[in-house]
Amino acid sequence: MVGRDPRPRWLQVGRAWLYPRGRRLGGWAFILNRLSGLVLTAYLLLHLTLLSTLAWSPAAYDWFIELMSSRLVLLFDLALAAVLIYHGLNGIRLTLVGLGVGVTRHKEIFWAAMLVGLLLLGYGGYRLWGGM
Amino acid sequence: MIEMRVFRWKRDQEPRYDHFLLPYGPRTTVLDLLEVIRVDHDPGLVYRHSCHHGACGTCAMRINGVERLACLTCVADLLKEESRVIVEPLNGFPLLGDLVVEMTPFNERLAAVGLPPLRRCELPGEPPEGGAVQLEDCIECGACVSACPVAVTDHHYLGPAALNAIWRAVEEPRGLDVEPLLDMADGEHGCWRCHAVFECSEVCPNQTGPAEAIMRLRQRLFIRRLRQLLRGGDGHGRA
Repeated sequence: MVGRDPRPRWLQVGRAWLYPRGRRLGGWAFILNRLSGLVLTAYLLLHLTLLSTLAWSPAAYDWFIELMSSRLVLLFDLALAAVLIYHGLNGIRLTLVGLGVGVTRHKEIFWAAMLVGLLLLGYGGYRLWGGM
Repeated sequence: MIEMRVFRWKRDQEPRYDHFLLPYGPRTTVLDLLEVIRVDHDPGLVYRHSCHHGACGTCAMRINGVERLACLTCVADLLKEESRVIVEPLNGFPLLGDLVVEMTPFNERLAAVGLPPLRRCELPGEPPEGGAVQLEDCIECGACVSACPVAVTDHHYLGPAALNAIWRAVEEPRGLDVEPLLDMADGEHGCWRCHAVFECSEVCPNQTGPAEAIMRLRQRLFIRRLRQLLRGGDGHGRA
């Protein structure tokens, strides 16, 4: 008779989804895609919450705009852009590969996408910080 | 000497890792060490093995976090990565004890596909009774399922091995009607569940490329749906 599996299901699923040990490029890309998706979802909620200050008062809105223009927040914006670019470009890679395009070259496509991402991030950083 | 940590669990016991210090040589495999443990240290250790040369697929397990065949994994090679060896059962399968998992759900999924990669023996002479004798390359070890995050999450997912089998049949039908197989792959628990992680292909000991097969199946199904839509259907084969 089989006993109850002692390994909790959440642990098995969590390990398969987010545990990077022993994983190769595809596994790392998948884990980062999950995490970046979570970050973007959390940011969307934060963004909507902060935008709601518009409805409070003109003073609150001015305070919000001043806060958003600080160097620290711009750094946060850059990090957010990196997450967004990664998620988007990896999504394009997955769409291509998922439709049978470049199946045996998925690793090369990943690195090419990351190169494009770095260039985009560099340009974004220049635009964000260049005027400071 | 090498330190080996082995996952242990028996019914009604708490899971634990047992530590062993074992001698090894340049060609010692993980399976060799497990046999040393069973003979010299703990006859109660449960693990599965058969052929000792990577043909049967029964000794697949997680070794240092990666799905591998214990009989083909050289300890000396592992030492290039880490200073100890950690041995655990496959992920995503019901555990029977220690390193042995229940393969029935996996085999049932392959059976549901109709075992298309099973071919009649092509060696000279009459095929054995029942006809089908050997998978072409897949040794049904289950490593791909253990490495797949979706297979671990969705127990109804056909999984990399079964989808690979479907693609093999589609690629070379040999007179087989592949439409029912394509319908199965197109289903809720079919190839669209795959997240294109490619870990199944990375860990496959025979490089059968299940992830690549799934992607090609998707392409085939996408074209099939497109054709059905152009003919006035709903893309699911319904007019």
